[in-house]
Amino acid sequence: MSEATTGALPSDISARSGTHDPYRIGRPHDGLHGHGSEATGHGEGGPASRFVITAYGFWIFLLSDIIIFSAFFASYAVLSRATAGGPTAPELFELPSVAVQTGLLLTSSFTSGLSSLATHRRDMAWTQIWLLTSGLLGAGFLLLEVQEFTAMIGEGAGPTRSAFLSSFFALVGCHGLHVGLGLLWLGTMMAQLWVKGFRADIRRRLHCFNLFWHALDIVWIAIFSLVYLLGVSS
Amino acid sequence: MLGKLDWSAIPFEEPIPLIAALVVFLGMVGVAAWITWKGWWGYLWREWITSVDHKRIGIMYVTLAALMLLRGFVDAIMMRTHQAATLFGEGYLPSDHYDQVFSAHGTIMIFFAAMPFIIGLMNFVVPLQLGVRDVAFPTLNSVGFWLTATGALLVNLSLVIGEFARTGWLPYAPLSELEYSPGVGVDYYLWAIQISGVGTLLTGVNLVTTILKMRAPGMGYLRMPIFCWTALASNLLIVAAFPILTATLAMLTLDRYFGFHFFTNEAGGNPMMFVNLIWAWGHPEVYILVLPAFGLFSEIFSTFSSKPLFGYRSMVAATLFICIVSFMVWLHHFFTMGAGPNVNAAFGIATSVIAVGTGVKIYNWLFTMYGGRIRFDTPMLWALGFITTFTIGGMTGVLLAVPAADFVLHNSMFLVAHFHNVIISGVLFGAFAGFTYWFPKAFGFRLHEGWGKAAFWFTLAGFILVFAPLYLVGLQGMTRRLQSVPVDAWAPYLLVALAGIGVMMLGAACQVIQLFVSIRRREELRDLTGDPWDGRSLEWSTPSPPPDFNFARLPHVEDEEPYWTIKQRAIEGQPPEAPESYEPVEMPKNSPTGFVTAFFATAIGFALIWHIWWLALIGAIGAYGTFVVFAWRDEAEYEIPASEVQRIDRARLEARRTWHERREAVG
Repeated sequence: MSEATTGALPSDISARSGTHDPYRIGRPHDGLHGHGSEATGHGEGGPASRFVITAYGFWIFLLSDIIIFSAFFASYAVLSRATAGGPTAPELFELPSVAVQTGLLLTSSFTSGLSSLATHRRDMAWTQIWLLTSGLLGAGFLLLEVQEFTAMIGEGAGPTRSAFLSSFFALVGCHGLHVGLGLLWLGTMMAQLWVKGFRADIRRRLHCFNLFWHALDIVWIAIFSLVYLLGVSS
Repeated sequence: MLGKLDWSAIPFEEPIPLIAALVVFLGMVGVAAWITWKGWWGYLWREWITSVDHKRIGIMYVTLAALMLLRGFVDAIMMRTHQAATLFGEGYLPSDHYDQVFSAHGTIMIFFAAMPFIIGLMNFVVPLQLGVRDVAFPTLNSVGFWLTATGALLVNLSLVIGEFARTGWLPYAPLSELEYSPGVGVDYYLWAIQISGVGTLLTGVNLVTTILKMRAPGMGYLRMPIFCWTALASNLLIVAAFPILTATLAMLTLDRYFGFHFFTNEAGGNPMMFVNLIWAWGHPEVYILVLPAFGLFSEIFSTFSSKPLFGYRSMVAATLFICIVSFMVWLHHFFTMGAGPNVNAAFGIATSVIAVGTGVKIYNWLFTMYGGRIRFDTPMLWALGFITTFTIGGMTGVLLAVPAADFVLHNSMFLVAHFHNVIISGVLFGAFAGFTYWFPKAFGFRLHEGWGKAAFWFTLAGFILVFAPLYLVGLQGMTRRLQSVPVDAWAPYLLVALAGIGVMMLGAACQVIQLFVSIRRREELRDLTGDPWDGRSLEWSTPSPPPDFNFARLPHVEDEEPYWTIKQRAIEGQPPEAPESYEPVEMPKNSPTGFVTAFFATAIGFALIWHIWWLALIGAIGAYGTFVVFAWRDEAEYEIPASEVQRIDRARLEARRTWHERREAVG
């Protein structure tokens, strides 16, 4: 052990008057940067609030989820012409039904936004009503998607028919699976909100749910444009 | 009822896996009996299995990694001895079994030894270095660990129930498709990696959030310790790359279970897409492992040279440069698969460019040591072993990055020697260095230096003896994954490699002995100060082991070496004022959520491998139920009263004062 530790004893590490800065890069601490409990975690103010931490972590998770989708998008892009002599996109896709699906999902995103406004007002009735509406719209979307899938499989255009259809079912099905899990989460969330009220942790989770629901919308818009619109026009 | 599972799954006719499984089973029964005899189950459940403390979870990660490292090492010993034996006869592993051995070796070493070791070190150290009390999502952290353990369990289960993949550590399609691999081996691989991959992803999200949103007051980005920077880069890569692995393996699963055509030969499937996708994850994965190792070597070079890290900002820049460029080089894993000269050239250049970032780091480490008073403790020896051998491995990598050379060298033992050369000296030496360096912090006593140094020298010598001949024999044309090597000209090389693995076994034995000796002599190795190496970052300001809450008061950071600054000021006669009063601390409550989730995940994984659908359904319902029960709890935290915080912090100060006075008295 060198003599570095032999001076007076370091009893705490909150000494305030030092200038030792071997790289001269630390910004001078003038005591004006503290953000207290509102700190966003950029360093000066210490750890961020629970709400910021949870929402930020969930954003990171959503980004990773979107990367899963991008892998499926990439595989669809590679395989979309590999129809192996089977049915092609213009023969299979029915835009009116897909347009209704899109309308349902986008509206449910809007109503979930309304629910978060109601949450902001601590309005239990309207929060629940808007969450329920979002759930019903989402379920309607899912129902149409299942109908579309069963119809396609019935026509002999199931995922085992060609690589194009494999990648189509996997990509759109992955989104559908997310919507389904979202509905499960939504139901659990509504029950929790009912029992526990607008507790801080419940509000954080509602916020995360809203982020999730909007993210699924964004993914759907990409599916609608890149899979259905481009598919029909090709 | 039991899907594909019946008695034929147990390899009664193959003595090697059966005996190995029996030994493992008896070992587990023995450990369980010992714990029962000592009456430790309650303690284990309360303090470890259900723990959400980042330090405990980190220690459990490293323990899992150490066990799996031994398991993977046994596979390595089998490969070396078997290949040497085939010079003179049949060898002792049938080709079917040999293929499983090299597949399991790679899978276990990367996913269940290297990854948990590095993640465990990050888990343990990062919050302490950031000066905070825990990670952003403590329970999620526990879930992540137990899911990783689930994956490890499934892989090891394949030893005795069924079989493991014979496809290599990355199950290239179409070999891994149902048509060519009809058994459960690939399914074991898929579900083990998928489940542990979810755990890794959760850890990545958790640590990124922790580093970006939870730092001690005053710790701006450019005051973060370099290990935290590399951990940040590594976890960003986890968040960006692991989803690709999840998606790719999901596609292969769809192919195998539902007859999809992503990677099949027929119906328009594209096997080449598998290779592209898997390496789009696989190359960043290399840097996920090695960047934190670079970070901890930086800490060690600086600490044991008694100097600040040279070129801190260039180190940060190089780390982030590697982080980004690691996504632009994946094609160099298959130059020979027909992308064409222009594409190959672009990726070859990108690959050479990424070495520049590493080069910057190596010069920074050299200049950190230059003019310093270097102490050759065990962690520093690992670091010096790393910097010398890693440079060689890096240079053979640059050689392989030249597409024209790669056409000659791909798939050869030269390649095998290259990536072991970088991964052993980078990741494994890093893991051992970090283990020795932070062990006193975790347990309150140092590891025995003599045995540690012996372990280092044996491992280094064995490592060179194994892989130097493999480079040479690779240049002579020996390809990888050969079950039989009846070539007399290669015999000398393979025999030297055989001797090398013997020396490495001595190194491994020294590690185990080191642990036992250190535990027995823990009183004389006790670290009373919390700062056994004269460290510079905040983890050394806590007692060893740190209390649950790490810091009685969050430290206030004013530069990049906060603890060093405090010690310097103390020497100059400005001891920091002792805190007059303490405040109560809120800490997250322990939770069995992680363990219970992993229990159901194991059931789901096992059920899906063997097509036992009802069990998979029960597992899924159980996992959902666990989630609801966890979400429903009302008390997520408990409070440590101020008096308790004060008692622990005063004890810390008292211990240091006593130690200091004894030092003063000695002179």
